[in-house]
Amino acid sequence: MAQSHHSKEFLDLIKSIGESKSKSEEDNIILSEIRTLKRLLSKPDIPQRKLKELIIRLIYVQMLGHDASFGHIHAVKITHHANISLKRTGYLAVTLLLDQDHDLIILIVNTIQKYLKSDNYLVVCAALNAMCRLINDETIPAVLGQVVELLNHPKEAVRKKTVMALHRFYQRAPSSVVHLLTNFRKRLCDNDPGVMGATLCPLFDLITIDVSSYKDLVVSFVNILKQIAERRLPKSYDYHQMRLPSFSENYTCVTQIKLLKILASLGSGDKRASEQMYTIIGDIMRKCDSTSNIGNAVLYESICCATSIHPNSKLLASAADAISKFLKSDSHNLKYLGIDILGRLIKINPEIAEQHELAVIDCLEDPDDTLKRKTFELLYKMKKSSNVEVIVERMIDYMINLSDNHYKTEIASRCVELAEQFAPSNQWFIQTMNKVFEHAGDLINIKVAHNLMRLIAEGFGEDDADADSQLRSSAVESHLRIVGEPKLPSAFLQLICWVFGEYGTADGKYSATYITGKLCDVAEAHATDDTVKAYTISALMKIYTFEMAAGRKVDMLPECQSFIAELLASNSTDLQQRAYELQAVIKLDPQTVANVMPMDASCEDIEIEKNLGFLNGYVQEAFEKGAQPYIPESERSGTETAGNYRGQEHHEASTHALRFEAYELPKPVVPTISTPVTVANSNELVPVREPYYPSEVHRPTSVVSSGRDAGSAELKLRLDGVQRKWGRPTYPSTTSSTYVPDINKSHDGATLRDVVGSANPKLQDVTYNVKRQQPEVPPEKRKLAASLFGGASKSDKKAPSAATKGSKAKSHSSNKSAQHSRSNSADVITSKTASQLLPDLLDLGETSVSRMEMVDPFKQLEDLIDSDKTPAHGLVGVDVPKAPDMTYADMMSGVETPLTTSGEGLLSVASQKDMH
Amino acid sequence: MIRFILLQNRQGKTRLAKYYIPLEDSEKHRVEYEVHRLVVNRDPKFTNFVEFRSHKVIYRRYAGLFFSLCVDITDNELAYLESIHLFVEILDHFFSNVCELDLVFNFHKVYLILDEFILAGELQETSKKAIIERMGELEKQD
Repeated sequence: MAQSHHSKEFLDLIKSIGESKSKSEEDNIILSEIRTLKRLLSKPDIPQRKLKELIIRLIYVQMLGHDASFGHIHAVKITHHANISLKRTGYLAVTLLLDQDHDLIILIVNTIQKYLKSDNYLVVCAALNAMCRLINDETIPAVLGQVVELLNHPKEAVRKKTVMALHRFYQRAPSSVVHLLTNFRKRLCDNDPGVMGATLCPLFDLITIDVSSYKDLVVSFVNILKQIAERRLPKSYDYHQMRLPSFSENYTCVTQIKLLKILASLGSGDKRASEQMYTIIGDIMRKCDSTSNIGNAVLYESICCATSIHPNSKLLASAADAISKFLKSDSHNLKYLGIDILGRLIKINPEIAEQHELAVIDCLEDPDDTLKRKTFELLYKMKKSSNVEVIVERMIDYMINLSDNHYKTEIASRCVELAEQFAPSNQWFIQTMNKVFEHAGDLINIKVAHNLMRLIAEGFGEDDADADSQLRSSAVESHLRIVGEPKLPSAFLQLICWVFGEYGTADGKYSATYITGKLCDVAEAHATDDTVKAYTISALMKIYTFEMAAGRKVDMLPECQSFIAELLASNSTDLQQRAYELQAVIKLDPQTVANVMPMDASCEDIEIEKNLGFLNGYVQEAFEKGAQPYIPESERSGTETAGNYRGQEHHEASTHALRFEAYELPKPVVPTISTPVTVANSNELVPVREPYYPSEVHRPTSVVSSGRDAGSAELKLRLDGVQRKWGRPTYPSTTSSTYVPDINKSHDGATLRDVVGSANPKLQDVTYNVKRQQPEVPPEKRKLAASLFGGASKSDKKAPSAATKGSKAKSHSSNKSAQHSRSNSADVITSKTASQLLPDLLDLGETSVSRMEMVDPFKQLEDLIDSDKTPAHGLVGVDVPKAPDMTYADMMSGVETPLTTSGEGLLSVASQKDMH
Repeated sequence: MIRFILLQNRQGKTRLAKYYIPLEDSEKHRVEYEVHRLVVNRDPKFTNFVEFRSHKVIYRRYAGLFFSLCVDITDNELAYLESIHLFVEILDHFFSNVCELDLVFNFHKVYLILDEFILAGELQETSKKAIIERMGELEKQD
């Protein structure tokens, strides 16, 4: 019946495509077809039938992967055609050729509006179909009114499509239809079961987002489900059932499945709601026809529902029965579902898995990958300390031969997680991690490597120094064995280098020469990987300094020397910096070096007392001498109501708005925004007066009052600070440290020193500097703040491990910042003031941390523009020049393989008839 | 929710592709290539489900044609497997004993049927009769 509608040309086209022997031959045919279409479509007055066929040929061209954009406008034109068949073809074409953000959509919206009003319900349906595909956020309002009216259309097909369209709108732009959500509830009572079924889709979405406001519907859902299960259906429904029993069966099942999904989320964690469901779920489970696919689909869904609502022993018992039926079945599909349900039940009743041991093992060894993966998922859920070794071993074996990076990543991270949680021994843990890294190192988030480093550094939490050092020794040893292997992933090499650097020589088993030799080999073998090189040079530095601190003479191997020389001239500033640091550090005397690079100190916490409370006395003294208090930015543009505690929050909010505008207007004087009260005051008063209040308010010390007295006298001065607030170039260190934290440090180190000494009366300011709004702080304050932080740490410095014990789960920032501090202090030494710094060296490390804080305002501003940026950026920068996310992204992109179709065989006529 | 539906033959030629989520053209080609590679060599005894990125593909083979549905990970596999079968039955009914050539020459009609069957990524009509009737009305207007 089909071919009769087409012209010979079209048939020939399809035939020749089918007979073409190669991709290039096919391409040539299509290219000439494109030329023909271009010519024909631009002719005026094409006969209707011809036009329709041309459009279909256009779709064909696009389907074969060629650019049909020249014809898009014709497809849009044809949607305006009066002939309904042509119009439908036009809609078909636009839905296939265009996507929702195409420029031509706006032209289609016009016709859609027109046809939504059509008397012919087929036209309305076509418009609704097209709309589901093509409407976007901007065009929704244009059609929304009409669509809502269609909810009362006499034809159920139209109502159903309308519900779907509204659902689509909701998915695309929830805010546009948020006032219409009650309509979905109303449609649930539609007398056509099809419309009711369609309504379940949007309701399911809504319920998943906000369960609590739909609890009242539980009864209705249960009733509908009961009606379906007992086949007490509305008339029209029976009608279908009588005429086409199997398909309306199908239909009820689809609806049942949706309802069960909804009930599952409504009943989850809600005992009362769940109790209403038990009977019906039990009924459904019993009545399911377990010989047909669709019956099993419903059975499976009802079990899922039973496992996610408040548990009921009877339901769970029948679920367990169903599992054994599924698992014993020959069908892989059912086995798969059985494993899936087992995974769900196991959360409620961990023992249940034991009965099915053998079946599970069978599935695990099945050649079917899907089944195998599902089983791994189950094993992962079954984890406990007694079986973790076996599970992880299995997982790793499977992982090694995987080529699918997406899944490899997942299974690798699961291995890591299990190993971290349940490792029976340190050795096992290290070995497992080594294996994972060896085979999937580049797929794992670099954070995992950092975590492992921290774990090795901190030990397993017990206060057992022996166990810890044993762990480290075994790590070093196993890494020494592996490091020679070719093609190790970068993340693993980084880890190895780090371990060598920290602990390579710690137990005295290996000489520094041996370890450094290995390190140089690594660097040489991976000359293109800057991150690895950075780790290598840092490790070298550590080893040399440890040697020096231990009083031994450092003999640099010739290859190390040439490696360092190479890095000194490296293109990467980071590597260069490290090389220079290394050079500088090894020239120092042993005692200094021991301070700069303490042994095994990567986990030391560096604490900062952010509000600098210990300086209060000093500040007060300064005030008494007539110094001026610091005025945070937020207080500089309004508010006389100083004592208002509430005002603080209010300010916080308005600051954001203000700051945003400040970019456009040089002066932050917008009195009307912050407090209407002050509007009466003249403009010049405003920037002057407000300064110090709200911030002072929550400081309990007497500084507050003295600050106020002193403050009001010299108000004018503050303005300078305000105006200069965006003067970015004055603080080079701020900006650069965000990305390449090390670059400017040596200079800063020197300057900071000087400032510490000079008594600055504006100490109060510093406190607030830290917390927010630095921009208008004059440079000298900024430096002061930085240097104070350096000083601050003197009193706060913690004894090495005490604080970190048992804090495994903490982010690796402490680890990082410690390393940071080292490189930092190394910089400082290179500056001329080196010797006098000694006691403070580590503390200066903290200046870097505090500088991070200072960077914040800029960051915040950047965030306003680009919310994607993460503020933690700078911290990680030290040892990992490439941000972790980058690596992750790379890894993800690696998942996709390029499309190469040329190798594919082309369709031969013989195979076309295969279906018979 | 259904992400896309693909009809491919054993050689990987796409006979029909309908996407319910916006994708770039190049991405569509890649998806088609990958899905074909995933399903084409699977043993008939194996499950009809394959993980695909963060979704799953439910496929079924009819002679030389693979029907693949990409659905969310939480969706009911068997139900979608059945809906593939239902779709094929509808096609079979409409073309009276359907074969791949019917689909090749009448792909636009297959799209129309599909639009009656699935809308906005959800099954909207599972009554074969209703769909066939609707198609009949449309045919009449030709």
